[in-house]
Amino acid sequence: MFVHIGQVAEAARDNAGDTSNWGFVVGERCVAVIDTGGSDATGRAAATAVRRHSALPVCAVIVSHGHPDHLLGLTALAGALAPARQLAAERLPAAVAARRTTYQALAQRQLGLESPPAIPVPEETVRGETVIDLGGRRLLLRTWRTAHTDHDLTVYDEATRTLFAGDLLFVRHLPVLDGNLGGWLEQMQTLRALGVERTVPGHGPVTDGSGWDAQSGYLTALRDGVRDALRRHQTLQQAVAALAAPSGWAMTDLYHRRNVTAAYSELEWED
Amino acid sequence: MYTIQRILGLTRRLARLAAALACVALLPIAAQAAADEPSAETEQWAGIRNYLFADRPIADNLGDVVELDAPFRAEDAAVVPIGLKAKADQSDKRYIRKMWLVVDRNPTPIAASFELTPESGRADIETRIRLEEYTWVRVIAETNDGGLHMARKFVRAAGGCSAPAGKDLEAALARLGKVKFKLEGDLQQGKPTLAQVMVSHPNNSGMQMDQVTRLYVPPHFVRHVEVAYGGKVIMSADVDFSISENPNFRFYFVPQGGGSELTAKVVDSKDLTFSSTLSVGKTGT
Repeated sequence: MFVHIGQVAEAARDNAGDTSNWGFVVGERCVAVIDTGGSDATGRAAATAVRRHSALPVCAVIVSHGHPDHLLGLTALAGALAPARQLAAERLPAAVAARRTTYQALAQRQLGLESPPAIPVPEETVRGETVIDLGGRRLLLRTWRTAHTDHDLTVYDEATRTLFAGDLLFVRHLPVLDGNLGGWLEQMQTLRALGVERTVPGHGPVTDGSGWDAQSGYLTALRDGVRDALRRHQTLQQAVAALAAPSGWAMTDLYHRRNVTAAYSELEWED
Repeated sequence: MYTIQRILGLTRRLARLAAALACVALLPIAAQAAADEPSAETEQWAGIRNYLFADRPIADNLGDVVELDAPFRAEDAAVVPIGLKAKADQSDKRYIRKMWLVVDRNPTPIAASFELTPESGRADIETRIRLEEYTWVRVIAETNDGGLHMARKFVRAAGGCSAPAGKDLEAALARLGKVKFKLEGDLQQGKPTLAQVMVSHPNNSGMQMDQVTRLYVPPHFVRHVEVAYGGKVIMSADVDFSISENPNFRFYFVPQGGGSELTAKVVDSKDLTFSSTLSVGKTGT
């Protein structure tokens, strides 16, 4: 099993879109790749890395969710490795379709491309729990109710007891709320209770349990802070101004206030 | 582990950070325009002004009748908080009877129009809008004597109209049309009291094309919101998809002793109607 840790940064020309984590698992019969990075460059790099370690066919490329930093390597990766299957959670195609133009413009601008890139969509979707056997080595795929997004997919490698959590876990990089805060907090309890040995987050270094603690701290404080602001009849602007960015995380200037906005828009519907 | 070779050089991120710092440095100089603020006499405004008001004079940014609350830079271009603030309570002798919210560079620049009465208490309205490009945002208030008064701000935000649809499509569909009322402060009998009405609705523009089917995602947005208190309409709004997903409006009403009901009626572009009622307490509660 191999893991690549991307840079904790926004996609840009100088990092060639290498701003998220990906990995691959080698069985006796075939290889599975999990996530693809954010550009053709990362997709090619992943393909090269796989071929350095194994000549086995690639039975699956699994995409944890449809944000461009995890998805845009798929075209190049699939082109190089010809995986038998491309997998994602059931609601990924709809989510990507709704945001396609935005993703294209964003990728072109950030990566300095000459034209907006095509946004790939995995060919096959799953819902619930699925098993992929790599030949004497099983991967357990599982979809979740809305948390980081409404189409999160995790992959568990039984042999090493490693969970690829996708963006259900952020380490170092501030967690980004693009789904449902309540759902994310609820399902974190389930995820933490799985009893895995290590977790590969979507961003930041591999972690034991401590990564989950830190994320729980931030998201809980976010929820409690916004609930408090709502109780005191604060407007959205007031809540954003009042809830100070936390320390100990990277990317807070880009994402904290946006998280407060998202949490406020969600929690103001609580009865 | 494998790492990808870094390419040295000034990154876009550093360049953007520098620009952001430059803007922040200018903020304390309140009276002056920021260095990047363009002229308010835009082509779009000239067209809208002519369409809505022909040759009528408009008092520009005097701040004596109406003010506009808007951020210098929006955190999220799809959810930009905007406040239309009256400088005085409504009275029978002098009141704001209509307000237009204009966003010069949005695909549909007339984002909303609000009709109010003396019974509204105050003409203040707060809502959230989508901004497609850096743009002038304006409120034009018409007083009962026919006078027009404008307040305007230049807001920096982009991509709000073409921005991602909702974060949880399935949940949004399940909750479609739910209307919620909230009281945002203490009930003050006979005095303007702040309330909020919100509608769960995707408020889609119909400008998103699905690249797979090559069909446009059909528009589906709230077009009219009406709030009545004690059976009399106190706020009537014509809106469109320039308003953010889950349209949300803060407004004032004047509770009268004996208790009564706030009712909201919402109509969307598919002629679906939604409504809700809130009983407002009797004297002293």
